[in-house]
Amino acid sequence: MDEEKQMRVIGVPRRRVDARAKVTGQTRFADDIFLPRMAYCKLLRSPHPHARIRKIDTARAAAHPGVYLVLSGKDLPIEYGILPVSQDEQALCVDHVRHVGDPVAAVVAREELTAFEALDLIDVEYELLTTIADPEEALATPAPRIHEYGEAGNIHKRVSLEFGDVEQGFAEADEVFEDTFFYQGSTHLPIEQHAAVAIKDPEGKLTIWSSTQTPHYLHRALAKVLQMPAGHIRVIATPNGGGFGGKSDPFNHEIVVAKAALVLDRPVKICLTREEVFYCHRGRHPVLMKFKTGVKKDGTITGMHLQTLIDGGAYGSYGVASTFYTGALQTTTYHIPRYKFQGCRMFTNKPPCGPKRGHGTVQPRFGQEVQLDKVAEKLSIDPADLRLRIAESSNAVTANFFRLSVVNLAECIRRVVKISDWKDKFRKLPSGRGVGLACSAYLTGAGLPIYWNKMPHSGVHIKFDRGGGVAVFCGATEIGQGSDDVLAGIVAEVLGLETFDIRLYTGDTDLGPVDLGSYSSRVTIMTGNAALQAAERGKAIIAEAVAEKLEIPKERLCFAEKRVFDSAAPEKSVAFAEAVCLAEARFGTIGTMGSYTPPKSPALYKGGGVGPSPTYSYTAAIVEVVVSPATGWISVPKIWIAHDIGRALNPTLVRGQVEGSVYMGLGEALMEEQEFRRLPKKLSRALVHKFPSMLEYKTPTSLDMPEVVTELIEEPDPRGPFGAKEVGQGPLLPIMPAVANAVYDAVGVRIDEVPITPEKIMKALAEKKAGREPRFGPSHFPHVDWPEALRVPPPWEGGDGHAVNDAPRPAKRNAEKEKVLSS
Amino acid sequence: MITITLPTESQKTAHIRLTLNGEATDVSFAPYKTLLEVLREDLGHTGTKHGCELGECGACAVLLEGKPVLSCLLLALECDKKVVLTVEGLAADGKLHPLQDAFADLGAAQCGYCTPAILVTAKALLDQNPKPSREQIREALSGNLCRCTGYQQIFEAVEEAMVRIAGAHNG
Repeated sequence: MDEEKQMRVIGVPRRRVDARAKVTGQTRFADDIFLPRMAYCKLLRSPHPHARIRKIDTARAAAHPGVYLVLSGKDLPIEYGILPVSQDEQALCVDHVRHVGDPVAAVVAREELTAFEALDLIDVEYELLTTIADPEEALATPAPRIHEYGEAGNIHKRVSLEFGDVEQGFAEADEVFEDTFFYQGSTHLPIEQHAAVAIKDPEGKLTIWSSTQTPHYLHRALAKVLQMPAGHIRVIATPNGGGFGGKSDPFNHEIVVAKAALVLDRPVKICLTREEVFYCHRGRHPVLMKFKTGVKKDGTITGMHLQTLIDGGAYGSYGVASTFYTGALQTTTYHIPRYKFQGCRMFTNKPPCGPKRGHGTVQPRFGQEVQLDKVAEKLSIDPADLRLRIAESSNAVTANFFRLSVVNLAECIRRVVKISDWKDKFRKLPSGRGVGLACSAYLTGAGLPIYWNKMPHSGVHIKFDRGGGVAVFCGATEIGQGSDDVLAGIVAEVLGLETFDIRLYTGDTDLGPVDLGSYSSRVTIMTGNAALQAAERGKAIIAEAVAEKLEIPKERLCFAEKRVFDSAAPEKSVAFAEAVCLAEARFGTIGTMGSYTPPKSPALYKGGGVGPSPTYSYTAAIVEVVVSPATGWISVPKIWIAHDIGRALNPTLVRGQVEGSVYMGLGEALMEEQEFRRLPKKLSRALVHKFPSMLEYKTPTSLDMPEVVTELIEEPDPRGPFGAKEVGQGPLLPIMPAVANAVYDAVGVRIDEVPITPEKIMKALAEKKAGREPRFGPSHFPHVDWPEALRVPPPWEGGDGHAVNDAPRPAKRNAEKEKVLSS
Repeated sequence: MITITLPTESQKTAHIRLTLNGEATDVSFAPYKTLLEVLREDLGHTGTKHGCELGECGACAVLLEGKPVLSCLLLALECDKKVVLTVEGLAADGKLHPLQDAFADLGAAQCGYCTPAILVTAKALLDQNPKPSREQIREALSGNLCRCTGYQQIFEAVEEAMVRIAGAHNG
């Protein structure tokens, strides 16, 4: 009714709705909860990377003064896990520990120190097993198996997909490039350690507060393991003190305190130590990659074959999805007419890897963008020009059947080239100084939910109060990214209010409709669209009543500045609160619902569920580095980045997400690594974390952070609320390859490995000096017994999204597919 | 195995009197506790956070006699008769401190977990040097890790607060 009106909230840089709580220290994080009679829980964790539990005796601990309860594996034997296909965790290990830090028992005591003390009184007899340090060892060591499920031996998951005849693509190429890359794992390191508090509420039901990004999935896991109806469990996600993917799994400590609270009928709290957070992990998978890419002389790609070998750690976590993600998004940035992907995830005796910002797509993006830099060099094409030639375009369907929406990759490239003076810098800076360019794409929400069903991914309920109060209820989870502000901003904009007028009840499985959580950059588009629908429905009801009162057509009504007025005669108006009263008098109590389900994807082959998204964000970044040839020390004075955001709902927060992503990417590029080592033989040769502490796990400080120049490319995407796309993850992706490419521009050596450390640069410089290949990186990709590839002809070869050699699907699925393809 | 029984929290045998956020405060606590633990657990001041247990993350910073200290490395017993300021004491007369306002306006707090410590550390800087350069701000905050922002909006917020404080003094 007032499409043309100027927006007053959306697009305006403003104070986020929860800012006051944060700057006054009033945001209540999970460990800030103190309840009467609250007991404290500590977990006894395995000191061994791989062992059988022969015997566990908790009697002495249970008898210790001040101890209320001791739990062990037999008390919580039911397996759970984030993905339905890998329900492989137990809250407390029953008979098998798989990494240092795997919990085997829990003590609940009156005081935390007492619980800690009693851990020493638990006697566990272990039988040590062979330990597996990395994927190559895992391939060579099929027994003992870390898990009884999986493909074979210690192979968790293998994937093989081919979209068109990739060998034909190489045959048509002028040049074929083969490169191997290694991306070291890293961890999220949110400053807040995970914490949870559980109570048996006065009615006898369970409530748990937890620093979780995914209350809905914790809800499911609790119902399963505790064998309780989900309706009797309330999960409240407290604001997360940083998440970055690290709080997206249901965790053992959450299940343990829930069980303890039910047994003891008193509140039970746990707060992990930093060391324990390192053991929870679920961070970036270390990935070895091999890229084979065919190109024409003009840079056109004729085919790409990507292989990934993935270090999964000790549990499944999101790993099956991560495996697909290592091969999913290559096709979304540049046109690749034929594409083959093979991925293999191995179990190893290390804390489980999972989703970290950019989930599984970060590692191959590094390889792809560095290889493209090599291609540009060989073909004597400027890397920016090369990318502009091959950039994907809006509304394309990729070789692997991902439907793109608005694609502004080319504009991102042009913008960073311009603002960085790229043309005056690339290959022109003095030795030791260089610039590098890289690009990326990322999902704006996963197209499919973790549990496949036809229900919405997000729901929003709005309650309108006679006093003009607007309360928004939604399961969305605030992890610092601003999900509450997305909700408040959209609702305020539609109703002509300010965000301060909106009350939010989020992250609570009892109060709000389900939202799947803060992962895969889904909140803005999914929660946002659900909020938009609920707000528009409320507006329509209110408009109906106001139009009647003012005796004007409702199409003429405008909602702004907390009033509803006649756009043709603004003096004819009612205050928003009065408008709600009119609507309530006319229609009864006013409450509206909105929900969002992503569009169906044309990727109908097995495995096509990972990668589709309603739309993709695009980013281009240029990094300038200074490298000392004497020490290999790298400093980064400046970064320019352009991000295709669709529309910035709150530009202040969008910029914060871009800069935060750049920061985290720079940490991965230069220093962050989750490393392990074997103890000397006399100390058992056990595989242990090299540094499960913040002192040694290095992250960039305020002194390391360069100046970042952020440009937002705003062309509203029809699929986003007010045109918005994601920003929380995409801008991280180009940073690591851009650093690697800049190092090459500075000192002429290729570091095909992350992190890029002075030591590696010095080794590569030594190679260069000796007249050998000026490079540091992996030299081989081990043999993997790949399964026969599912062959899916790409759209331009008449493919319909199915594999031609897969088992036939039921007729119903085919009918559904036709509907999707014709839409 | 010999088990050493440590004093428990219920043994509140230590006692200090400090000035906490301008208020004379008496508190009894178990003698092994750090200032961080006493603030959070015995005094209900949960605004100050923890992140690493070893003085690396800086989330526990408070001002002791006007200077930033890591409260997780400081025994509460050492704070007898001292003046302590935490994030809860920044606002005055029902109004936010200019640093708090600037942090809120300019996106300097994302998850907000490191924010309380960064705010008090920035306050100590501005109290001592009302016109710090960007480099001095970087230096002053280098002991406070933030995993969300990339620091840039934090620097800008400190600079904005600096301007607002100067404006208030001149106005």
